[in-house]
Amino acid sequence: MALTKSSDAFVPAKPARPVTTWALRHVSTSIGALGRLARQPFASLMTILVIAVTLALPAAMHVIIKNVQSISGSWENALDFSLYLKSGTSIEDASRLAELIGKRADVQAVTLIPSDEALEEFKAQSGFGAALDHLTENPLPHTIVVRPGSSNTEQSITLMHEELANLPETDFVQADTEWVQRFHAILDMLQRAIAIGAGLLGAAIVVIIGNTIRLDIQNRREEIEVTKLIGASNAFVRRPFLYSGLWYGLGGGLLALALVGYGMFALKEPVGRLAGLYNSPFSILSLSFTESLLIVGTGVALGLAGSWLAAARHMRRIEPR
Amino acid sequence: MIRLEDVSKRFPGGQEALKNLTMSVDKGEMVFVTGHSGAGKSTLLRLIALIDRPTGGQVIVDGQNTRRVSRRKIPAYRRQIGMVFQDHKLLYDRSVFDNVALPLVIAGVSHRDAARKVRAALDQVGLLHKEKRSPETLSTGEQQRVGIARAIVSRPKLLIADEPTGNLDPDLSLEVMRIFRRFNEVGVTLLIASHDIALIDQLGCRRIPLENGMLQVEEEEDFVSEYAERIGIDVEPGPWR
Repeated sequence: MALTKSSDAFVPAKPARPVTTWALRHVSTSIGALGRLARQPFASLMTILVIAVTLALPAAMHVIIKNVQSISGSWENALDFSLYLKSGTSIEDASRLAELIGKRADVQAVTLIPSDEALEEFKAQSGFGAALDHLTENPLPHTIVVRPGSSNTEQSITLMHEELANLPETDFVQADTEWVQRFHAILDMLQRAIAIGAGLLGAAIVVIIGNTIRLDIQNRREEIEVTKLIGASNAFVRRPFLYSGLWYGLGGGLLALALVGYGMFALKEPVGRLAGLYNSPFSILSLSFTESLLIVGTGVALGLAGSWLAAARHMRRIEPR
Repeated sequence: MIRLEDVSKRFPGGQEALKNLTMSVDKGEMVFVTGHSGAGKSTLLRLIALIDRPTGGQVIVDGQNTRRVSRRKIPAYRRQIGMVFQDHKLLYDRSVFDNVALPLVIAGVSHRDAARKVRAALDQVGLLHKEKRSPETLSTGEQQRVGIARAIVSRPKLLIADEPTGNLDPDLSLEVMRIFRRFNEVGVTLLIASHDIALIDQLGCRRIPLENGMLQVEEEEDFVSEYAERIGIDVEPGPWR
């Protein structure tokens, strides 16, 4: 078509419907950015790998802590009180008391161990069998083992402990909760430490991606100048770099998931074997869907943040000369 | 279309590229800015394209005072003007088609419309058959025509060109000027910086001669003093002044 013959030659260019155009433009920019990464597969893969490892470290630590918590959590549920009754208490009184305690709403189960049974068991397990035969009377008291219900809180457990200790028949209540509590405190501390570490590693990802994007911007300086010269806004010039950051983050996040997943897979069998040796039904807990989503989302967010910082800093300075 | 009122441009080093320049270009005109390199031609075009801002005076383009165009509005302002450069400023990592389409992509024109317009623009510069080529594989003259196609693809009312024939031999230069002429015939205003006097005379367009950042109005006087200098005599300011 020759310009001289065209009657509508100077109707200004009309943009198409804004929303569709906007969406199409983003789709094509994002694919363009992906294509650019694909054209340098080795460099892109290296960047993605660094991000993946950086994300996988805290994620793996989190999974380990989560598994340890699930094991130790079952210990806490299995935390029983041993109620040693005064030595004069008759077996009838003991069983009546056991029945009474068993009726409490906050108690899940009650087991009465009569002193005779306890002695038999002790003889069998301690290896002092022959020596104990010489005892004229049984030194062991009747024992009531109380298993609190799972709805109990720490306070209600403490309260129950006090109540049981104050019963007239009670000689002594043993509840060995302290080491479990210490263990949980250690786990909490580790978890906090991992959170701090994860924050630092996140900052590292922002820096890594920011630096990669900065180099990319420098390499494409001329292109940016020309595009600005023919009327591109800062947002337009920035967009492909933001998408690069997004792809780096997404790739890193997905690869981190794969790394953690592979680690879990490799541990599943030996852990199962170990649990089998302890007669435990425990099987290793993997990342939940939400956690996986969080890891990938974190990758994407950090990728965007890094590229945004780099683009905002360097894009403004590149003006046509 | 373009009006400069008392425009000065002084660079940070103190060098004055334009001194109190007043000039105008009417709608539909095709005007050449001439002068030696360093006369201020490029600076003038840079002020119009808002690559630089004047240190004094007003630059008014299509009724818009460039002083009132904020930094954020510069991209939209530039999109109204077609620009052609001596070194083409093409992007060598993409095809001829994509280069010409760039202004439309920036403006957010839909893909179908864009393809149609790009082909029309390439047709106008006679490069329709080379749309899939990389600019690198084209000759200098062809690259310049790609640059021109890109400048006119969004159909601007004003086209400015800085030494568009600077790297071309006379035949190719004339070809480029003929393309410009055709745009002018359909109403585009053109302001072209060039030092190729012979070529401009051939076209018979108005000239704005610049010298040392000022309008060079008294050509005869310059001729006399230049001539006097050449033959080595002192000339007192005479009655012709």
